[in-house]
Parts: sequence; C-alpha cells; structure tokens
Amino acid sequence: MINVTINGDALKFESTLSLDELLMKLDIEQDKVAIEHNREIVPKSTFHRVQVADGDNLEIVHFIGGG
Amino acid sequence: MTDNLIIAGKEYSSRLIVGTGKYKDFEETKRAVEASGAEIVTVAVRRVNISKPGQPMLVDYLDPKKYTYLPNTAGCFTGDDAVRTLRLAREAGGWDLVKLEVLGDQKTLYPNMPETVDAAKILIKEGFQVMVYCNDDPIQAKILEDIGCCAIMPLGAPIGSGLGIQNPVGIRIIVENANVPVLVDAGVGTASEAAQAMELGCDAVLMNTAIAEAKDPVRMARAMNYAVKAGRDAYLSGRMPKKLYADPSSPLAGLI
Repeated sequence: MINVTINGDALKFESTLSLDELLMKLDIEQDKVAIEHNREIVPKSTFHRVQVADGDNLEIVHFIGGG
Repeated sequence: MTDNLIIAGKEYSSRLIVGTGKYKDFEETKRAVEASGAEIVTVAVRRVNISKPGQPMLVDYLDPKKYTYLPNTAGCFTGDDAVRTLRLAREAGGWDLVKLEVLGDQKTLYPNMPETVDAAKILIKEGFQVMVYCNDDPIQAKILEDIGCCAIMPLGAPIGSGLGIQNPVGIRIIVENANVPVLVDAGVGTASEAAQAMELGCDAVLMNTAIAEAKDPVRMARAMNYAVKAGRDAYLSGRMPKKLYADPSSPLAGLI
C-alpha cells in the first residue's frame, strides 16, 4: 500500500504505479491535464515512465473559465 | 484593407479578448465567446476535482484548436506562484503565449509591479511570450516592454469593477510610448468604455466581467464586438478637432 497526496487530498493505492496508470484509475484524460510530481513538472511524453511512490505529492491541473 | 492585431508574431482579426470566468455554465460561455467574435480567450489553471471525474471541461465547449487559449495567473500573489502556474499551463496546453498577472492585494487586485517584473524576466528567459497585466504607469509599462513582454496590458480600473477607464491620460501615454501592442485589461463596464479604450489608440481590449455579469451576456458580448470595431475605426479615422462654439453643418450661402 502506498500513500500519495493528490491536489491536497491523501489517497491510497495498492502499489507503485506510473502516472498514466494513475490517471486511468482516476478517470482523467491525460491530454487535458498537466502534472507536477513533487514540485517538478512532468512532460506528458513521460507519463508512462514516471512512477508514483509512497509519500509522493502530485498536483493535477487543467484549464477552467477565468478572466 | 486588413487591420489585424499582431501579438508575438501571430495575426488576429478580432481586437477583443474575452475571459471565460463567471458564466452561468459552459453553454453560456460558448455562446458569449462566439458572439464576441474573440479569437483569444483567457483561462485559469486550477486543480482537477479528482473526487468527481468525468465532469464537463471548458475544452469540451471552446475548442483550443479554434480559439487561442491564453492561460492566466489570476489568484497568484507572488511571482513564484505565477511562474509555477504558467509552467504547468504550458505543459497542459503546449502554448507559450501567456497572461501574467501578479496581484498585490485582495481588495483592489492591483498588480504587484516588482513581483510582476521579476516573474516576467524568468518567463521570458524560459521562452514564454508574456502578455502582462500592469498598472497604468507609463514608466512601468516601458520597463515591461524593455525586458521583452510581447503585450502591455494596463488596467482601466480595478478587475471586475466595471468603473471604466479611470486614467485615460496614462493609457494614452503608454500607447504613444509602446512598440508592442497595448491592451486595456480590466475595468471596462460597458460598450462605450471599450470603444473609448480603442479611441485612445489601444490595440485591443481584454474583458470578462463586463460580459459575464451583464443581464444578457450574449447580447453584451455582441455589443462589445461592435464597440471595439467602432472604436478602432474612429481612432484610425482621426477625430475632428473640438471647438468651443458651434459650426453649422448646412451651408449659409443661399439662405432665403
């Protein structure tokens, strides 16, 4: 079991997983978001390679209406 | 005769840029943006709601292939936060054109200019094309242009206030001194004020609340579309001089 903080919320996953696996689990389309992994921006092209480990901190953002 | 707006080397036929916040729903956002004729829309960068996946997203209503998305840094009170937000925006969308705004305080939402300048320098070094929200001070505007911002965007009045252009002299001096596009960003409340910004020689106007908080946003979006075009034409026409006394329009010769 690993603990991961995503957008400020604590979540648990069965084991380490890649970012694209994580997005699939969360039902988020990867071409509509950007991810910060422990404050480092992750290029979309590497989502399948970057592993999420216990204690990691993620920010997943997208575009919303704004002025 | 084409009279296109050119920002960071790209041409746009509309001189109105609209925000996408404060609308009732995405459907209304879409209809208002269409009525405005805008080709550039500002957007905010926020956390995805991970507890409610599959919610409709802005990109489902405003196609980023059709509209130029201009990510903003609204809500950022430090240069660091603004830079972080725009780095994420670039990764999310893949575009370098961004709107930088670093706010100074909650009540006025006036820009914090030292933080704005520092953030702009970092972003420009990283290859961003920075359109910058700033105060109506010609000296600050020049500093921002000199460090490489691709558009200078002084406020007409506080964000969301709808007070109209409070310092037309400052805006005019900024326009006269600038070699990059100048846009009034924030403060416009109704169509005549958008026209006024254009008559002052601004290259474009950026607004959100004036449209979104009108009773009929779609109709106001259309009004702004006309106003910006009217103001631009009036500016390019060169207005008549003001006179103290009357000057009859009908010839005096041949009076009975």
